[in-house]
Amino acid sequence: MRAKRKLGGWGFVGPGLLWTIAFFAVPLLIMAAYSLFQRIGGRIVTDLSLSNYLAFFTKPHHLNALINSLEVTLITTIISIILAYPLAYILAFRVPPRWQRIALMMAILPFWTSYVVRSYSWLLVLSSNGVISNIVQWLGVVDSPISLANSRAAIVLGFVHFFTMLLTLTIFANLVQISPNYKKAAADLGASRLQTFWRITLPLSIPGVMVGAFLTIVLALGDYITPQILGGFREVLLPQAIMLQIQRQANFPMASAMSLVLMVVISIIFLLFSRWLKIERM
Amino acid sequence: MVKQYLVSMWKNAPAVFYVLLVYVFIFLPVAVLVLFSFQDALLPIPPFQGPSLRWYEAIFTDFRIMDALGNSLMVAVVSAALSCFLGFLAAYGLARYTIRGSGVVQWLLVAPLSVSYLIIGMGLLITFKTMAIPKSLLAVIIGHVVINLPLAFAIIYSQMGEHQANIERAARDLGAAEWQVLVLITLPLLWPALLASFFLSFTLSWDEFIIALLVSRFDVTLPVEIWSLLRSGLNPKTNAVGSVVFIVSIVLVFVMEIVVFGRRKSK
Repeated sequence: MRAKRKLGGWGFVGPGLLWTIAFFAVPLLIMAAYSLFQRIGGRIVTDLSLSNYLAFFTKPHHLNALINSLEVTLITTIISIILAYPLAYILAFRVPPRWQRIALMMAILPFWTSYVVRSYSWLLVLSSNGVISNIVQWLGVVDSPISLANSRAAIVLGFVHFFTMLLTLTIFANLVQISPNYKKAAADLGASRLQTFWRITLPLSIPGVMVGAFLTIVLALGDYITPQILGGFREVLLPQAIMLQIQRQANFPMASAMSLVLMVVISIIFLLFSRWLKIERM
Repeated sequence: MVKQYLVSMWKNAPAVFYVLLVYVFIFLPVAVLVLFSFQDALLPIPPFQGPSLRWYEAIFTDFRIMDALGNSLMVAVVSAALSCFLGFLAAYGLARYTIRGSGVVQWLLVAPLSVSYLIIGMGLLITFKTMAIPKSLLAVIIGHVVINLPLAFAIIYSQMGEHQANIERAARDLGAAEWQVLVLITLPLLWPALLASFFLSFTLSWDEFIIALLVSRFDVTLPVEIWSLLRSGLNPKTNAVGSVVFIVSIVLVFVMEIVVFGRRKSK
């Protein structure tokens, strides 16, 4: 007897659903409408046209923002996986169970600091009068201050710092779920430790890598803070370009169009990753 | 025991070395941040002078920072509570009642998870603008419920199994009214999931920046206030605020660890 009751369900689901529709779905629709308007001479003209999208894909400085974003995100994701995988592996299989929880918590502790402050902290390390510049001068590697901030490398570093922690978490969660019996079976059948890793552990841990990579890509593509604090003004990423449209130009139609382009890009990535993103229900 | 431990450590030396290296990378910026919050000079850069508490004194007497701190706490508590409340109701409705189109409802409820905060904030900004609703902390709360409701719903829904449904049915058979079942049976059974979603929502709201920047103006939250501090460049005051935020978050994480996971273990 598993009777789900027929009447009254909407009373419970209603409030949350209305909230999501009113403050999420409707704003997206309004934004979509806005993206078809234009801002001409300080006024919003409500004739519908695709000219904002046309401008985005034909003017190099708009399109470059998207390309920069994709490049930085790709580099970030690859480096973060390379750093995070061995860490997650060691935490999962080498650290004694008693220490595992605390070691993992330590590995992701700075994850919980303020996101804005974390990027600022990297500025303290990278700027021309910062920690690294002082250390290399003291070591005599260089004799004048060097600035590593305000560059693409600084953005990537800031991102890698954050997403290494995130990926360590998702990969670790996946690794500890792999039944040790597979490894035992492989060993019984004469596989070396390296073979066991390549043929058993690595393939079984791909879902954890993919979930982490997906989160990394989506969060990095949409992030304004890290590139704004650590990047220079020589090149901007897409979220910065969107914010420039809002704050400098007050061009909401263009900003809406660019936001929707970002949304479509993320949706495409979601489709590419969807086979790894099935949500399991208990 | 100790000797055995040392031997295994020697065998694991490369692994230990790698872990330490990554830990250094992960903790480097935070360590620098906290160290130079005690700097006794005008710039948070080497050489370190101090320690001094002058920058902590400076932030605790700065009414703008203290106001922002209060605003952030208020926004986080209210939006987390609302998210949990709405998320719980929706999860209960979907798990216990037949709802036509429940697939679409579920999809809509979690849809905001797949959209960048920047875009959600932009949508709200433009919507409020068209409707001539002024920028305010209330607008920030609305936005934060949009981003946290899907998480609260997903967490609570995933914990609503048949096991609880049976207990609820038993209570009903014994004559409990609907509200009694909810308050006396369902809520206590789901307590860990509710706490977990509350803490997670609180943390995410407490740290959220871009929506708060877009839809607030005169009263701002702490991340937005820190953002405007950044305009003055490297500043030990920012270090002090950042360190305080760090400590608060760490305390929260440990409280969550003890309250939520400690309970689970003791069961």
